[in-house]
Amino acid sequence: MKAWTVARLDMAVLFKSRDYWLPMSMLAGVFFVVVPLFMLSVVTSNTSSELAQQLGNVINTLPDTVQDQIQGDTPQTQAAFGFAVYLLAPIAIVVPLTISSAVAANALVSDREKGTGEFLAHSPLTERDIYLGKLIASLVPGYVATVVGFGIYSVIVNTQVGPQLGGWFFPTAGWWLLIFWVVPPFIAFAISVIVMVSGRVRSAAAAQQTATLVTLPVIVLAYAIASGLLYDPVVSALTVGVVAWLAAAVTLGWGARSLHRARLLGVGRDA
Amino acid sequence: MNTPMSNEAIRFRGVKRAFGDIVAIDDLDLSIPAGSVTVLLGPNGAGKTTTVRLVTGALAADGGSIATLGLDPIADGTHVRARCGVVPPKPALYDRLTGSENLRFAAEVFDAPRSAIADAAARFDIAYALDQEVAGYSTGMRTRLALARAVLHDPDILLLDEPTAGLDPESARAVLYLIRDLAGRGRTIVMCTHLLHEAEGIADQVVLMDNGHARAAGHPATLAATYLADPRVLFDAEDRTTLDVLAGLPGVLEVANNGVVEATLDDLDRLPDLVVALVDAGARLTRVEPMVPTLEHLYFEMQRAHREPSS
Repeated sequence: MKAWTVARLDMAVLFKSRDYWLPMSMLAGVFFVVVPLFMLSVVTSNTSSELAQQLGNVINTLPDTVQDQIQGDTPQTQAAFGFAVYLLAPIAIVVPLTISSAVAANALVSDREKGTGEFLAHSPLTERDIYLGKLIASLVPGYVATVVGFGIYSVIVNTQVGPQLGGWFFPTAGWWLLIFWVVPPFIAFAISVIVMVSGRVRSAAAAQQTATLVTLPVIVLAYAIASGLLYDPVVSALTVGVVAWLAAAVTLGWGARSLHRARLLGVGRDA
Repeated sequence: MNTPMSNEAIRFRGVKRAFGDIVAIDDLDLSIPAGSVTVLLGPNGAGKTTTVRLVTGALAADGGSIATLGLDPIADGTHVRARCGVVPPKPALYDRLTGSENLRFAAEVFDAPRSAIADAAARFDIAYALDQEVAGYSTGMRTRLALARAVLHDPDILLLDEPTAGLDPESARAVLYLIRDLAGRGRTIVMCTHLLHEAEGIADQVVLMDNGHARAAGHPATLAATYLADPRVLFDAEDRTTLDVLAGLPGVLEVANNGVVEATLDDLDRLPDLVVALVDAGARLTRVEPMVPTLEHLYFEMQRAHREPSS
C-alpha cells in the first residue's frame, strides 16, 4: 500500500525536524510526567492535608455512583486516586490532539511551500494514497506520544498512589477505553478537518491558525466528554466512541475528496 | 539527434486550461513524436509548465483532449505517471532527508528496483553525496539528484522544466549531455526553457509557445527555412555612416542597425556585388559575415512574425 510509503516519508522528515519534535516532546513530558508527578507528590505528602481536604470536598460533590468507585481509606489517598483517575483524564486528549494537529496543519502546506507537492502530483500515487499517507503521518506521532505517555503516567500514578491502595490500580477500565477507543476517532476527526481546510490555505502560518481554530473546540468538547465518561466508563465510553468514529468517518470521507493534485501544485482545481 | 518516429507520444487537441480569469493554455494543439527531443520555448507565463502538468495529468484540462502514450492522463493517470519522469523547475526534494533517502522514496513510489538507485546516482555523478542531507547540497547537486530521481524507473517520457535554471555552465552542460544520452536511448524528451542556446543542437522539434498557444512547431531547420528564408549578412565599417547607402542597393530587402548593421538580402549571391558597391561608396569594411541562423534568431523572428502579422 503506497499510503504507508507516503506516511513513512513524512514521519522520517518529522523525525529529523528537531525544531518540531523537541517542543512536542516537552509538551507531552509536562502533561504526562511533570504535572502528575508534582501534583501527586503534593497531594500524597503529609504536609498537604489541607489540600487533600479541599480535594476531598470536591470529591464529595460528585455523584454517589462516582464516589463509590473512589478507592482509599484516608482523605489524602482518596484525593490522590480521584486526581489520578478523573482530573487528569483530559490529558489523554490534549496531548495527541495538539501534536497531531500541528503535524496535520503542515502536511499539505509544507509540500506546496517546499515544492515537494510537485513531485507527489507527478507521481503514480493516487490522491487517496497521498491523503491516507498524510493522515497516518499526522496520527501516528500524536498517538504514539499518547500511548508512551500513558504508560509513563501509569507507572508514576501506581508508584505514587499504589502503595496506599495495596497495589497497582491504574489504568482503570475507563482509561483503557478512553485511550484505545475514544481518543483515536477524536484525533482522526480533528486532523481530517485540518488537512481538509489547510489544503485551501496558502501559508504555514495560516495552516497553523486553522489548526488552532479546529483543535480548540475539539479539545474543549473532548475534555468535557473524557471527564464525564470516566464516571460511567463502559457504557458512556462505548457510546461516545461510536459517535466519534462515525463523525470521524464522515470527515475522513470529505477530506479524501478535498485533496486533489492541483492543491499539491498550489493551484486551485477551479481557481 | 534522433529521427522523430511517426507515432505520437503526446498529443494535445484544442486543449484549454484557465486559472480563474487567467488563461494559461488556450486551444493548444501539440504533437510530440515518440523518441524525439522537443523543446518548448517561450517567455515566462507562456504556458510551458502548465503544459507539462497537463501531460502527466497532474492538472486536468478545462477542454480539448490529451493523449499521453495513447492514454488519457486523467482517467489513466496512475499508468501515465508511472511511465513519465518529471524534473520540475524547483528540484522538489526533501531537504531533511539524505540523497539516498530521497531516491529510495522515489524508487518505492515508482516501483523501481533498489539497484536503479546506484545506477542513476552514478550516471548523474551524485553517488558521492548520497549520504548527505539534501539541505547541504548546492544547486547543481540538487538538480543532478532530481534528474537521477526522474530516471530511476526508466520512464518512456522525460519532462524537464527549466532543468538548467540556476546551474553553473559546467553542470548545465552535463544536463544537456544527459538529455542527448537519453534521447539516444529512444526516450521521448520534452524540455521547457527560455534559454535558446540550450535547445540548440538537441531539439528535433521546437515549439514556440506564447500566451498559451503553440505559435509554431517543427524541426529547427524547417522553421529556419520558413521564418529565416531570406539570407542575412552582418556588415561593419570603420565609419558606420558609410553603410547608410546599403538600404538603397539592389537586392537589399531590409537593413537593421543594432550596434552592427544587419542586412536582409533576397539572394546571398548578391553579396560580392554589394561589397564592391560599398567600397566604391567609400566604405572601409571591417566585417562582412553571412549569418548562420541560430535558434535565437529563429525565436525572435518567429515572435516578431506572430506579433506583427503584416511583416
